Amino acid sequence: MSTSHVSALREPLVDGVKDLGQVTRDVCDPLDAHPTPAWYAAFAAALCALSYGAVMVISQIWTGIGSWGLNKTVGWSWDITNFVFWVGIGHAGTLISAILFLFRQKWRTSINRSAEAMTIFAVMCAGIFPLIHMGRPWLAYWVMPYPNPMGPLWVNFRSPLLWDVFAISTYFIISATFWFVGLIPDLATMRDRLPEGWRKKVFGFASLGWSGSHRTWQHYEMAYLLLAGLATPLVFSVHTIVSFDFATSVIPGWHATIFPPYFVCGAIFSGFAMVLTLMIIARKVMNFEGYITLRHIGAICKVILLTSMIVGLAYSTELIISYYSSNHYERFAFINRIKGPFAGFYWMMVFCNVLVPQTLWFEKIRRDVRVLFLISILINVGMWLERFVIITISLHRDYLPSSWTDYSPTYVEIGTYIGSFGLFFTCFLLFCRLLPMIAISEVKGVLSYARSDQDKESRHGH
Amino acid sequence: MATKTFVGVFDSDHAVLAAARAAHRRGMNIRDAYTPFPVHGMDEALSLPPSWLSRACLALGASGLTFALSFQYWVSLFNWPMNIGGKPFDASPALIPIAFEITVLVAGVGTVATLLVFRNLLPGRRAPLTALGATDDKFLLVIDDVPDQELKAFFKEHGAVDVKEVLGGAK
Repeated sequence: MSTSHVSALREPLVDGVKDLGQVTRDVCDPLDAHPTPAWYAAFAAALCALSYGAVMVISQIWTGIGSWGLNKTVGWSWDITNFVFWVGIGHAGTLISAILFLFRQKWRTSINRSAEAMTIFAVMCAGIFPLIHMGRPWLAYWVMPYPNPMGPLWVNFRSPLLWDVFAISTYFIISATFWFVGLIPDLATMRDRLPEGWRKKVFGFASLGWSGSHRTWQHYEMAYLLLAGLATPLVFSVHTIVSFDFATSVIPGWHATIFPPYFVCGAIFSGFAMVLTLMIIARKVMNFEGYITLRHIGAICKVILLTSMIVGLAYSTELIISYYSSNHYERFAFINRIKGPFAGFYWMMVFCNVLVPQTLWFEKIRRDVRVLFLISILINVGMWLERFVIITISLHRDYLPSSWTDYSPTYVEIGTYIGSFGLFFTCFLLFCRLLPMIAISEVKGVLSYARSDQDKESRHGH
Repeated sequence: MATKTFVGVFDSDHAVLAAARAAHRRGMNIRDAYTPFPVHGMDEALSLPPSWLSRACLALGASGLTFALSFQYWVSLFNWPMNIGGKPFDASPALIPIAFEITVLVAGVGTVATLLVFRNLLPGRRAPLTALGATDDKFLLVIDDVPDQELKAFFKEHGAVDVKEVLGGAK
C-alpha cells in the first residue's frame, strides 16, 4: 500500500501473483470446478470415521459410559484428554486471526481463514466429549443457568467446571462470529462472480448486501479490530480455565500454579502443529503454493519452536518443583510419571514435544515440506500424550496403594476419538469446497506489500 | 432538484485515492467509494469522522460485566446461597472467570450486531453497483454532479478507466 513504509529487506507476502483479479480467480476457481479424486477419497475416509464415531457415540449413550475403560481410581482419561487436545488445537486459529492481527503480522492473511475454520471445527470436536461424559446428554442444558420452576435452583458459579462451560461456549460463539465477519466481503466476491442460479442466491443471502462501500469498510475495520482485541484475552482465558479444571483440585500433579501459562502455551504449540499439518496439505491440494509460501511455513515453524521451548521449560519446572516441594505425594506423582508403568508415554511426549522441534533451528528443515509434515504429526501425537500423561498418570496411582489400578481404553473410547477426527476432517473438507479458503480481501490489501513497481515488473518477467 | 450521479471506475487503490483527494479539495460531493479492500486514507478524503463502534463496544462490555457480576452475586448471596465446602458465598475471585466470559461475549457479539444493523447488512439485502467489479479488482468513486463541474472530464483526468452514470444513486 502506498502509505506503508517497509524495510527493503522485507520480501513480498504473495508469490508470483500479478493483479487483484488474479487473486479472486485463484481462490474462487477451485470452488467452481469439480472436486478432485483426492478430495473424494479424503472425504470418503473422513465420512467413514465420522459414521463409525457416530455409531460409537450412540452405543455408549445407549448402554451408558460404563462401556468406557474408566474405573473408581481413574475417573477421567481419554474423554478429557481428547477434550483438552481439541480445545488446544483451536487456539492457534484465534492466535493467528486475533493476536497476529493486533501485532500487525501481515503474513497471517494467507492462513487466517482456514486457521479460524480449524478453530471452530476443533471446538465442536472438543465439545462432544464433556457432553457424552455427562451420561445423559439430553439434559445438557442443565449446565446453563436458566429460570426454572424447581424453586430457587441455580448452577454453582464457584465451580471450575461451570467456568469451563462458559469459556468454551463463549469461545465457540466469538470464534464463529469473527470468522463470519471476515467472510462477509469474500462471500460478496463469490456472489458477484457466480452466474445466476441457486449458488448466487445463497451467497447473495449470506453476504448481507455487502457492496464494498467505504463507509461500511470504515466501521467494519473498527469492528474487526475490536473483535481481535476481545478475542486475544479470550483465547488466553479459555485454556487458563481449562487448566483450572485440574489446578483447583488437590490431586498431586494437577495442583500447580504453573498450569495456566503451561496449558495456554501447550495449546498454541499443538494448534500451530495442526495448522502446519493442514496448510501443507491445503497448499498442495488446492494449488495455493503462491499464497501459502515457504515464508509462511517458516514463520509457523518459528512459533512452534518458541512454544516448544516454553513447554519444555514447563516440564522441567514441574519436575524440579515437585522435588523441591519435599511433599511425598507430589514427588511420587512425578517419579511415577518418569519411572512408572506409563513412563513410555512420558518419554515419548518429551521426545515429540521437546526434542523433535529442536530440528526447526535449521533453515534447511524449515523449508523441507515433507520433513515438516512428519514433525507436525509427531507434535500432534506428543501433545495428545501430554494431556494423557497429566490426566491419567496423575490419577492411576492415588494416595492409597490399595486402590492403585491400571487403565486401558475400550474400543468405544478409541472409536469416539476416531469419530472426532472424522467430524473435524468432514467439516474441514466441506469448508475447502464451499467457501473461499483464503481471505481474498485481506490478501488483496497486502498484495503490494514490500513491492516497488520495478520489482513487480521484474517479477512479471518469469 | 434531480442531480446526476457518476461513478468513476479505477484500476488501483492509488488512483482512486488520488481522485478522491482531488475531489475533496475541489469541494465535490463524494457519496461513497467502493473498493475490494479498505483503502487507507479514504476516511479523510470522504471526511468521515472516526468510527464510534469502539464506544458502543465499551458500553456493551460494561453492561455485560455488570450483568454477569450482579447476577452471580444475587444467586450466590441472596437467591440460593449454597454452602460448598465452607467456601464463602461472596467468593469474588471465583466469580471473575464467568464475568469475564460474559463481558467478551456481549461486547463481541453486540459490536458485530451493531455494525450489521447500522450499516444495513442483513440477510437478503441487495448490494448496489455489483456489476462494476468493486468486490473483484475495480475501485469505484461515486460523486454527485452539479452543473459546470464536468465530472466526466475530472474522472478521466485522474485515470479512471471508465465513467458510468447511475440513476437514483448508491447510498
